[in-house]
Amino acid sequence: MNESLTSTAEAINKLIQEFSKLPGIGPKSAQRLTYHLLRAPEEQTRLLAEAILSVKQKTRLCSVCFNVTESDPCPICRSEQRDRNKICIVEQPQDILALEHTRIYDGLYHVLHGAISPTEGVEADDIRIKELLNRLQGSSVNEVILATNPNLEGEQTAMYLHRLISPLGIRVTRLARGLPFGTELEYADDVTLTQAIEGRQEF
Amino acid sequence: MSKPRNYQTEAIIIKKTKLGEADRILTLYTPHLGKIQAVAKGVRRPRSKMAGHLELLTHSQVSLARGRNLDTITGSQTINSFLPLKTNLELTSHALYAIELVDQFTADHIENYPLFQLLLETMGHLCQAGDNELVLRYFELHLLNEVGYRPQLQRCVSCQATLEPITNSFGSAAGGMLCPSCSPSQPLTYSLSVNALKVLRLLQSSDYNTISRLKINPELSRELEGVMRDYLKYLLEREVKSVAWLDTLKGQA
Repeated sequence: MNESLTSTAEAINKLIQEFSKLPGIGPKSAQRLTYHLLRAPEEQTRLLAEAILSVKQKTRLCSVCFNVTESDPCPICRSEQRDRNKICIVEQPQDILALEHTRIYDGLYHVLHGAISPTEGVEADDIRIKELLNRLQGSSVNEVILATNPNLEGEQTAMYLHRLISPLGIRVTRLARGLPFGTELEYADDVTLTQAIEGRQEF
Repeated sequence: MSKPRNYQTEAIIIKKTKLGEADRILTLYTPHLGKIQAVAKGVRRPRSKMAGHLELLTHSQVSLARGRNLDTITGSQTINSFLPLKTNLELTSHALYAIELVDQFTADHIENYPLFQLLLETMGHLCQAGDNELVLRYFELHLLNEVGYRPQLQRCVSCQATLEPITNSFGSAAGGMLCPSCSPSQPLTYSLSVNALKVLRLLQSSDYNTISRLKINPELSRELEGVMRDYLKYLLEREVKSVAWLDTLKGQA
């Protein structure tokens, strides 16, 4: 079906093809984006092309926390203001953005780049657990905050990390679980409610 | 045409894959519709009303709306959340192994009520304190019964002779036991002690209540695990992915 819709210009076909490899973009959206760029000012297309190139060329992973960064170590790992005794463990770099947005956390991070998911074939060695353990050896860290996702994979990863880290004599904490703000109690699931009741706090 | 637009079913969530920004495609194992796939919209957002009811290893009542391609989940309510399976590392890994097997051994839209019951019971058994390895072996053998790969454990599959109480072999390719005179001519054989064969026979033909009283020593347990793994791998023509994780955890314990 897509064959019959190819344009005569090879450059256009190529861009459509590249766009449709992106997540959430089908052949029609790819076409729309391509023709949009065709009509857009040259300056805009140049900026887009440069931005795409530099995202690959200028960024790398911080050698300490494995967040995406332009300078190694990353600004958070270098900062004097941050509490070096706490490390917050997250699954992906985007999670750091969400946590930083709250401005309440002042410690360091560690990005695992995934979560243990046996049925998908993702094992402990496939994510940055070894690097975390190396980092903890002989460091001044006295608290590790497990901020993996509150789903089965994240939970499993948290339990596994707890097992590995607690023998090192470091305090291991887990983000609290309970009811999300702005929702209604009647729709809450059993697991969340159970933990919300167990973890209730003095008002 | 006459099918209603909306329908409800019980389901165990056995697989999930991300879709788009906040959606997931879930694989559900249901009592009367077999294995189905459906889209769950917005379940990766924290405020989703359905997310907690649609996590892996959850037994839920699910409402669906028929779609052109995949059906969409419109609502869900937990029947049993199997909390112990989600809060204990070993139990999680065992239960994930069970649902991976169900996913691997079934095709979409084929009703298999006994298999649904078996999976549900197995998740329940795992939640109770007991020999989890034995629960898994029981699950594996009964799963094979339900999907049509029941191994022949009573006679030699090659010459039909009754098996002597000596060390015989299990032939994965042959689909059952082989006597010492037939096994050399068969590929992929695995020698099996008399005790292991007895346990396998018992597991295959008994209900769970009988099994739960069995006491198996670690050596025998490993032998049973080995022979079942070989056979399952042969049938699936691939490794069961979650096995590697089971082994990692065992190495630690």
